[in-house]
Formats: sequence, structure tokens, C-alpha cells
Amino acid sequence: MRAVAALRIRKPSVIPGFGLTLGFALAYMSLIVLLPLAVLIVTSAGLGWSGFFAIATDPRVVAALKVSFGLSLLAALINAVFGMIVAWVLVRYRFPGRRLLDAFIDLPFALPTAVAGIALTAIYAPNGWVGALLAPLGVKVAYTPLGILVALVFIGLPFIVRTVQPVLEDLDREVEEAAATLGARRFTTIRRVIVPALLPPLLTGFALALARAVGEYGSVIFIAGNIPFVSEIAPLLIIVKLTEFDYAGATTIATVMLAISFMLLLLINLLQSWSARGRSRG
Amino acid sequence: MSRLTRLRQIAAAFAIAGFGTIATASADTTLLNVSYDPTRELYKAYDEAFAAHWKEKTGETVTIEQSHGGSGAQARAVIDGLQADVVTLALQGDIDKIAESGKLAADWRTRLPKNATPYTSTIVFLVRKGNPKAIHDCDDLVKDGIQVITPNPKTSGGARWNYLAAWAYAHEAFGGDEAKIKEFVGNIYRNVPVLDTAARGSTTTFVQREIGDVLLAWENEAFLALDELGPDNFEIVVPPSSILAEPPVAVVDANVDARGTRAVAEEYLTFLYSDAGQKIIARNYYRPSNPAAADPEDAKRFTDLKLVTIDDPIFGGWAKAQPAHFADGGTFDQIYKPGQ
Repeated sequence: MRAVAALRIRKPSVIPGFGLTLGFALAYMSLIVLLPLAVLIVTSAGLGWSGFFAIATDPRVVAALKVSFGLSLLAALINAVFGMIVAWVLVRYRFPGRRLLDAFIDLPFALPTAVAGIALTAIYAPNGWVGALLAPLGVKVAYTPLGILVALVFIGLPFIVRTVQPVLEDLDREVEEAAATLGARRFTTIRRVIVPALLPPLLTGFALALARAVGEYGSVIFIAGNIPFVSEIAPLLIIVKLTEFDYAGATTIATVMLAISFMLLLLINLLQSWSARGRSRG
Repeated sequence: MSRLTRLRQIAAAFAIAGFGTIATASADTTLLNVSYDPTRELYKAYDEAFAAHWKEKTGETVTIEQSHGGSGAQARAVIDGLQADVVTLALQGDIDKIAESGKLAADWRTRLPKNATPYTSTIVFLVRKGNPKAIHDCDDLVKDGIQVITPNPKTSGGARWNYLAAWAYAHEAFGGDEAKIKEFVGNIYRNVPVLDTAARGSTTTFVQREIGDVLLAWENEAFLALDELGPDNFEIVVPPSSILAEPPVAVVDANVDARGTRAVAEEYLTFLYSDAGQKIIARNYYRPSNPAAADPEDAKRFTDLKLVTIDDPIFGGWAKAQPAHFADGGTFDQIYKPGQ
């Protein structure tokens, strides 16, 4: 039923102003989002298909894309698990310093990314506080892909917490209690009651964290080491192309990143609507 | 000074005052020197001396403003409209780019002595105290277990001199066999654990993070690092041969003509070649183009070594070296291959 309704362009509504607001929304989206993207694609199109293809399949570009997207996915997954636990703790329990902890969550948002990168490098370098503890174990964090992962986890955390938190706050405990009185065991309650409610915001948070991590430059560049084929991220290759005044090459890498990101986000959105439908059926 | 220039100066002063930026009653002229990063200390001292010299010569007060940043980024800023009267950058190629935009004459290198380079520097090694890994020359950099710190020549102007210094060494060692030179230079970069995007970043990695056994640095930066951090932790190793780094200077014709500052801008650069200017240069760890003018105790700091210039047939000048080594697919890109 819902799917059919969504397909219809206009649903009779008692609220006026549909035409005006839709027009505004489209104009706004075109100006803010679509226009710059169009310029991006037009600039990269200047190379023609063969030029575009040569840059997009260059082994070094492919390696950088793998580093960027692989680590971003991994960081978003880690944050999905631990961010969810943080959100759970913040919502469900009362303890001294809870509000302070709550305020700290947003720090990775507020900190300029370069500052975050330098701070993380100082801590995780072999002579830093944490790095010195890990060095005897043979674990190197700064200047390795692991360092990039640490930076991406750092900047991605608020996205998961802040999307899951309000939904969790709205989730009535009575529902869980009702499930228990109806004979559901704890695991069943989690599976049938809590997870279906939290999955959509979790996927949203995951998508946001992923998108942010893929484009991240400032914090990563200091901790990455930037060794080609090992710890070189795609945004750095874009900067390198720009210093060569090669705008077409830079936008080509950007376009490839955009296409991959778009496909990933589309996939996440599909998952989300699928999970929402599953929930309304259940 | 001609009446017209004077008028233009007044007009320029009014124009600037109109934007509410500079121009106080006492400042007859302001000059903007757009430079690269490691010249901060040099120009701080030099600007003071030049202002005194100009006052004595003409009775006018000149205020010099400084802008420092990555050499390539500074060049792009001037091309995009930064009102620089003079540019004092790290690479000839960067000033050539400004010349291409039409803001200064293409023959700018011939307008001042010594290819418009009043000071030079070279690339030396900064090692940890006592030189525990016994690094003395370029061939020590390719040894197993040596970690070399240098920035990415693609993003750092200074790092290009490092790369070319290694190339010049290998050219000599292998008698110009290009395959062997590439392999040698590639082996150095395979010993680089961190490829920072700028020279100061590399210094931080080496000094603060204590990564690596040797930092490839400009000689003036290495001396400055010793000054700041004390000679207890580091020492400078001067290899038997290196490259002559020639950071050039030029008056930006379009800007000085628009602002009416040509006379003072030209004198600003000429005075760099005077005995007084050369003394300040030597004191700030740059090699003076006329060593006789430097104070003997400053001059003796600079170890004699064999210096290869960019105009040497090995490189054939910047116009040839830049695309051959640092453009997309150039020799530097060829070092990094998948799975290495």
C-alpha cells in the first residue's frame, strides 16, 4: 500500500503550498548541489572517454580509491557497533557526568580537521602516549593505514551517536516490557523490538559517517604517511593533480569517487526502505 | 623621482586607504614581498635594514609587508591577483608561471646578477646526535634499515631540490645510466616511511615524532633547526656533493607599475646584492652570492662541496627538468609501482 502511495507524484493533501515549496526545493537543490556536480562532470568530460578511463583505471588511482573506500567502510562499521553502544549508554542509564560525556560526542565535529590530525598523530606516533605503549608490541598506528582508520573512526563517531540517540529516546520501554510479559526472551526482544526500530537511524548514521570519511582530507593527511599504494588516499591524489594545474585529471578522480559514493548511498537507502517495509509488515 | 611616479604613488596610497587596509600618514610607501616559507627570519632582518637604507637614501619611509607560504601556492596567489611588488620564491619554475600569466617579463632572470639569485642554498642531511647510522653521502640513504624523511616533491617545492640532489649524485655515480639512476633514486624513496606534503611537516616528523634516521633539508633550514632545538640532539652532515638550490627574486612588473612602486621595489632587490645585504643573508644561513662580503665567522659555516646547478646538462634547466621529473608520469611517478 505504502509503495503505491509513494509512486504517485501528488497525494491529495489538506496542507496548501505544495507547488510553491516543491519548486523552491528543486531550485535550491539545483543551485546548491546539482550545479557544482554538473561543473565537476563537465570539467572531467573534457578528457573524453579514453582519457577519463585511463586516469580512472590507473593502478595508483585504483589503489588510492581502495584505501579510501575500504578504510571508510571499515571505520563506519566500527562506529556503527561502538557508536550504538555509546548511544545506548547515554540514553538508557543515568550516571554522574552523563551530560558532559554527551557534550564530548560532538567534539570531532567542532575540531578543525587539521588540528584533529595533528593531535592524533602526536598521540599515536611511536613516541606518543599511546604509540609508545603499542610500539613494543610491534603495532604501528601513525603513518600506516591503521592510522588512517583511527582518524576516520574519530571523525565518524558523532554521526552514529547523534542519529541513533533520538530514536532510542523515543523508544518506549513499555514496548520492551510488553514483549517480556508476552513471553519473549531477552534476545527475542532485541531481535523483534529494538533492532527493527534502530536499524533505519543506524543505517542513516552509517551512510553519513561513510560519506564524511571518504572525503576526509585534513585529519588523515597528517597521520597517513602518504606512501603511494600503501597509505595514499584519493583526496591527496586530487590535490597532487591540482598542483600540476591538471584540473581535468583532478575532477576525473573526484567524479569516480562521487559515482562510487552515490552507489553506496543508494544501496544503503534501499536497505533502509527494505528494513522499514519489513518493520511495518512485522 | 619623477612627478608622475609621485602622483601615482599618492593615487595608490589613496586607493589603499580607500580599502581601509594600510597607508598611515607616516608610511610614504608600502611594499609587499611574497615569499616562501623558510625565508621568514631572513626577510625580517633584511626588511629592517632596507627600510633604514631607503630612508637614508631618499628620506622616505617604506613599510615592507611579508607574505610567506608554500612556493607554488604563493605563485598561484600572485597569478590570481595578490598585489605583490616583489616575489622571492623557492623555484624558478614558480616565477616562470607568473611570467606566463603576463605579470612580469619573460626575461626576468637576466635583469639581476647571478640569474636573479642573490642567495643560494643546498641540500644537506640532518641526523641524530653522533650520527649513529653513519650517514655521510647519498649512497648511505639506500642502505637497508635506513629511514629517510623527505616531503613529496609533487606537493612541496623544496622537496624537488632534494629529489634533484639525489638524481645528480646518482648521475655522477652511474655515469648517466638512466635506468640505474632511476633505480637508485627509487631505492631512496622506498626508505621513506612518511611522505609529508610540505617541508615543515617533514621537519616535525623527524624532530618531534622522532621518526627516521636522516632528514633531507635545505641547509638554512637545518641550521635553523639546530638553532631552535639546540645542537644536543642533532647534527648536520654535509655530503661531498649536492645541488645548488637557487631561490630567485623578481619585481612583478604589472603590480609595481599599477602601484607606482617600481623604484623602491627594484632597489629592494638590488640592495640584496650589496655588502650589507649579503651580510644579513649569510647571518641567516643562506649562502651569499658574494661570499667575500659576509662576516668571516658566518662564511666559515658553509662547508665547501661540489654543487651541481639546475642548468647543468644533467637537468637542462627548470623548463626541462620540471616536466621530465615532476609532471604526471615523470620520473618521480615511475618510482612507485604497484606492490612495492
